Amino acid sequence: MRFINNQTPNKIAEVIEASTAQFAAQCYELYEIPPLGSLVKTGDIYGIVAEAMTSSLEPGRKPIARGKDEASEEAVYESSPQLSKLLRSEFIAVVAGHKDGDNLRQYLPPQPARIHGFVYLCQPDEVREFSQSFGFLNILTNVALPVPTEELIAATLRQMSRAHEDSRAFLVAAGKELANLLSADFIRLKNILGRLQ
Amino acid sequence: MSDRLGIVTVASLEKGVDVRLDSPVSVEDMVVGRYVTIEGQKRRFFGMITDVSLGVTDPRLAVSPPDIADPFIAEVLTGTSTFGTIHVTPMLTIGGDAAALLEGPQPVKTIPGHFSTVNLASERDIELVFGKEDPQRFNIGNPLDMELKLCLNLVEFVKRSNGIFGKSGTGKTFLTRILLIGMLQKSQAVNLIFDMHNEYGWQGTSEAGPPVKGLKQLFQSKVAVFTLDEENSRRRGVSTDFVVKIGYDEIEPEDIAILRSTLNLTDLAVEATYQLRRRFGRSWILKTLDTEDPDEVKQLLEESKIHESTLQSLKRGLATIRRLPFIEPHTPVDAVKSILDHLDRGINVVLEFGRYRDITAYVLVANMLARRIYSQYQSRTEKAMAEGTAPPNPLVITIEEAHKFLNPEVSSQTIFGTIAREMRKYNVSLLVIDQRPSGIDSEVMSQMGTKITCLLDNERDIDSVLAGVSGKSELKSVLARLAPKQQALIFGHAVPMPVAFQPREYGSARSYKDLVSGGQPEQAEKDVEELWE
Repeated sequence: MRFINNQTPNKIAEVIEASTAQFAAQCYELYEIPPLGSLVKTGDIYGIVAEAMTSSLEPGRKPIARGKDEASEEAVYESSPQLSKLLRSEFIAVVAGHKDGDNLRQYLPPQPARIHGFVYLCQPDEVREFSQSFGFLNILTNVALPVPTEELIAATLRQMSRAHEDSRAFLVAAGKELANLLSADFIRLKNILGRLQ
Repeated sequence: MSDRLGIVTVASLEKGVDVRLDSPVSVEDMVVGRYVTIEGQKRRFFGMITDVSLGVTDPRLAVSPPDIADPFIAEVLTGTSTFGTIHVTPMLTIGGDAAALLEGPQPVKTIPGHFSTVNLASERDIELVFGKEDPQRFNIGNPLDMELKLCLNLVEFVKRSNGIFGKSGTGKTFLTRILLIGMLQKSQAVNLIFDMHNEYGWQGTSEAGPPVKGLKQLFQSKVAVFTLDEENSRRRGVSTDFVVKIGYDEIEPEDIAILRSTLNLTDLAVEATYQLRRRFGRSWILKTLDTEDPDEVKQLLEESKIHESTLQSLKRGLATIRRLPFIEPHTPVDAVKSILDHLDRGINVVLEFGRYRDITAYVLVANMLARRIYSQYQSRTEKAMAEGTAPPNPLVITIEEAHKFLNPEVSSQTIFGTIAREMRKYNVSLLVIDQRPSGIDSEVMSQMGTKITCLLDNERDIDSVLAGVSGKSELKSVLARLAPKQQALIFGHAVPMPVAFQPREYGSARSYKDLVSGGQPEQAEKDVEELWE
């Protein structure tokens, strides 16, 4: 497997479920989930963090409340160190593009991500490069997830704008692209634009 | 701001082209009457903005407007969900391949393809369409909101009769002065101006500030001022070249016929003038008026089969004419001959009316003189054609209050109606100035080559000016939006397409210098520069 950038700092998660349009990854550290809307990659595939959850390792075994006699939340974890091994944080990333040789394509890759592929958080340079064009917005507007797409799109653009020096100009350009995509649905557009700042 | 405006979204040859504006282009910069070019695949189109509107992609946007106090939202929505559109009427095709370039601008016969780019017309494009100042073209002003010269081919212009229209106080007189100066310099035509309000000869009035110079002050050697009222001219300090007197024996029944409504004559009274002319010969007016003796009157009535009341009506009318001070029983010097002499020498003649501004005097004198000058021109032109010699100088006769001469009742009788209809056959054309174009016979209007109109707000006037022009409704919206002063719309024979323009400045020292030079020094300077390059 070829990695996009070998200098990428640390891997943060590993793919545990993959399909053409999205992949699920388990974080190596409990609660160290990349923020909603951030750009991640595994192999040649770019994804946008669309949903995250923390749950018990075993599906049938529900966590129980333990903090009745503890002074703080941290104390709960300190007194039961096994917890961090019994719980896991996962996230789902929507596939937003891929690298085809040297070209960045903002449409679905031919193959889904591989299980156990390492997932990296993209660095600002890469985010900037990825957000040169807004083809991914179309994917995001059509995604079906429990998280409302308006929230997801707004979070993504907010995240990306931080990588840009002139973040307002970036948001305006993205907003215009969205206005074209959602030309027939002004209410949705208004909801997204209201969440961009 | 770049010159790109937007793209064509909808187009039809009949209804024009809808252009969606790019987001950086503000609707407020788009002014009706501006020129744009549309870059089709095979040819370029030249057109005029005729409407500006706002659009939204989702009707809900208009129902629950966004919070535009937020500059971010406003910026995002501008040009995307909310956008400006302009409606362009394509007028000409210009350029394209080499053959099209040689042919020059042609009327449009097709429309540009989908999403063709629309640009503001560049200086070069406009120059291609309206030409630049040269020995035949005269700068009459600049297209609205543009720092460009609108040049009129005056040689073409004088080949047909033309009209200048506009409400009172919209700048008709200034515009006419500019055109007269242009014709005087570049058209090879001579002008005969019936100057009702003494505005063109020596100096004219200006609503703002001191009097402005007339033709004579600017072109001493090419203009002669004739006057009907010597005393008035002297008082105004005008040096006149000739005092026009009219003899009774020069007035013909046709001259009375067109005064029918001003003199309040009956049809029968007009009819009677012909009989009286036959009976008394040249001095029929004096003799008619002098027939006071009851027996003579009775005899006259019986022999000519005229009713007595008719004769009384006619006498009342003729008495009005007799009261005009410039009318004398017989004039030793023939005014027509003197005017023709001047015209033959290429000198333009301005006839001032002095104090005699009432319409009777104006209509009578203008019609009489013009009729006789025209018949001279007619015989000379026919002679020149038969003998193959040079025809007389083309003559342009300027008349004000034209609806008095050219209204449907009299236009078939007055000489001006004939000139307007027969056009350039005999090298005589009209420059008609009027504020009520609806009063002019539609047949005459339809024969006019070029029409220039300042603001008009009467529906009938607008309709009569624009009758028969293609794209009438679009032009109507341009015409109705002209500023009340110093803006005009020109269309017709001498211009390739209708143009709204601002007439060039007239009245400052600099403007006189520019007008007198006729754009020549600039050209000379340019030539010298080119020489050194």
